[in-house]
Amino acid sequence: MSASSRLSLGRLALNGAAGLALLYILLPLVFVTWLAFFRQEIPSFPPEGYSVKWFTAAANNQPFINGFLLSLQVGVAATLLGLLVGVPASLALVRHRIVLGPLFNTLLLLPLVMPGIVLGTAIYVFQIETEIATGLPVMGSQGGLIGAHTLVVIPWVVRLVTASLVGFDRTIEEAAQNLGAGPFTTFRRVTLPSIRPGIVAAGLFGFVTSFGNLEMSLFLVGPGRTTLPIAILQYLEWKIDPTVAAASLIQIVLIAVAMIVTDRYVKLSRVV
Amino acid sequence: MARLSIEHLRKTYGDLTVVDDVTIDIADGEFLVLLGPSGCGKTTTLRMVAGFIAPSAGTIAIGERSVTTLPPWKRNCGLVFQSYALFPHMTVAENVAFGLEMRKISPADRAPRVAEALRLVQLTGFDERYPRQLSGGQQQRVALARALAMEPDVLLLDEPLSNLDAKLRQEVRVEIRDLQRKLGLTTIMVTHDQEEALTMADRLVVMEKGKVRQIGTQRELYEKPADRFVAGFIGRSAFLDGEITAPGRFRTKGGVEIGCAAAIGTGAATLALRPERIAVAGEAQGLHNHFQARVEHASYLGAILDIDVSLSGSDRMLLQIPNKAGIAEPKPGETITIGWAEDAGLVYPREA
Repeated sequence: MSASSRLSLGRLALNGAAGLALLYILLPLVFVTWLAFFRQEIPSFPPEGYSVKWFTAAANNQPFINGFLLSLQVGVAATLLGLLVGVPASLALVRHRIVLGPLFNTLLLLPLVMPGIVLGTAIYVFQIETEIATGLPVMGSQGGLIGAHTLVVIPWVVRLVTASLVGFDRTIEEAAQNLGAGPFTTFRRVTLPSIRPGIVAAGLFGFVTSFGNLEMSLFLVGPGRTTLPIAILQYLEWKIDPTVAAASLIQIVLIAVAMIVTDRYVKLSRVV
Repeated sequence: MARLSIEHLRKTYGDLTVVDDVTIDIADGEFLVLLGPSGCGKTTTLRMVAGFIAPSAGTIAIGERSVTTLPPWKRNCGLVFQSYALFPHMTVAENVAFGLEMRKISPADRAPRVAEALRLVQLTGFDERYPRQLSGGQQQRVALARALAMEPDVLLLDEPLSNLDAKLRQEVRVEIRDLQRKLGLTTIMVTHDQEEALTMADRLVVMEKGKVRQIGTQRELYEKPADRFVAGFIGRSAFLDGEITAPGRFRTKGGVEIGCAAAIGTGAATLALRPERIAVAGEAQGLHNHFQARVEHASYLGAILDIDVSLSGSDRMLLQIPNKAGIAEPKPGETITIGWAEDAGLVYPREA
């Protein structure tokens, strides 16, 4: 066997493995998409026919609409707060030798690896205790939910912004200062544009994480105030018609569009 | 433009002294080169002038203005970085305009000055390009234009040519020098490249281990090196270790007696000779110092011949003779007569 055919054989195996993995990831999405267009109420194969009525049903489902709006508000607020905390934290961790720096870094990344149930329980207990101690209506409030979601956004911000800061050439900051820019102007005009891809990616991934969060939010939502994933879960407890598939598909499309649009301005593939 | 005075400048990190009592006066419009091996403190000195490193002691003044404690953005020193440090997200024009923008100059007034700076570095028409679309040489010019556009009091060059290939380096060297003369810029350049330093400087400062070893013109450094380090660092020297036995008498380790014009007293010493000042054969006969030397090694280098000889078992030295027509290349093992004038030998106390 010649060297070139061995090479192409290896390439074939690699491509095959990659294709298989891709299929494994995409298959559930394919089924959800397919299911959303089934005509019958109880999903069964083969479909009896196709219809778009479930999309109308999903779009007119009041709990879904309320859930979507709440998830959107919480997601945006948590993302902004997460950036506000995460960007300065990353700057401090990368730029300065901080006592126990690695420990802080780990702490900031911890919510990412903590199971949502554990995080939810912990915050739930914390909120109850806070309410008892201070008398403030924390439990089940939107503020409490946003606070908890900020916690799951921060790891994304710290990870992505830290990564873009590590590869950042600081002599261009010196160049700006040499040309007459003070520290704030230097940050705004030189540092920020250079780490912007990292910040945008962090915001996007943070938002998606918050938007899709189910386990933690289950503990923290108040009566009549549910996020979209919880609304979907509650719907599923009573019915299994394709409305849920339709709602999920809408959500998938929205996120995909957000990513594609973002990628046109900031190459996400470069930072993530 | 202005003169620059650096007085008793010192930088220490804990017990480590990086710059040790450096005093340099640079005249208005002068091109001064800080030259030395890596780690000699030349870059630290430059960065202290730019304001990126706070001196541990000493003062820096530009004209009558003391800048010792000013932050970098208030110093008005144009610095060209070794890596150029162009802003990657800005066009060439935006890069060059940045310094003007920081000085609150209106966009309308900026445009002609940017155009002029780009014309000076022959980059007219490159305004809208981004740094990544330029070659290394072009990026270097943008960095220079950016520093010039803000009309700095002092121009600082940190190894500006080290990232260019050899041919381009020769050209840019001349261009920078012409531009500096034309604009009358007070300039400090840092380099470890001796040839670059010698071709560009009005005056040179040789530094080693944080200290200034000598300040002078090329001729002064070459012909009257202040110490053994400078004699070895600027150009080539043949060194013979030995001692001064009496005024004007030097005896090598191997016992060869040499007459010299020594300015130092008796004791351990080193005699330094420029290889081209050593005469060979007939020309050596009439000189006060002439010896029979054994050829150890000869290298044919085109314009000159490098010859390694030994005066005695433990005294070896290098000499260079011009490659004249009909000259015979000495063979290893041959004995030749070499000689030099008494004042050609420079004597330094032996350094511990």
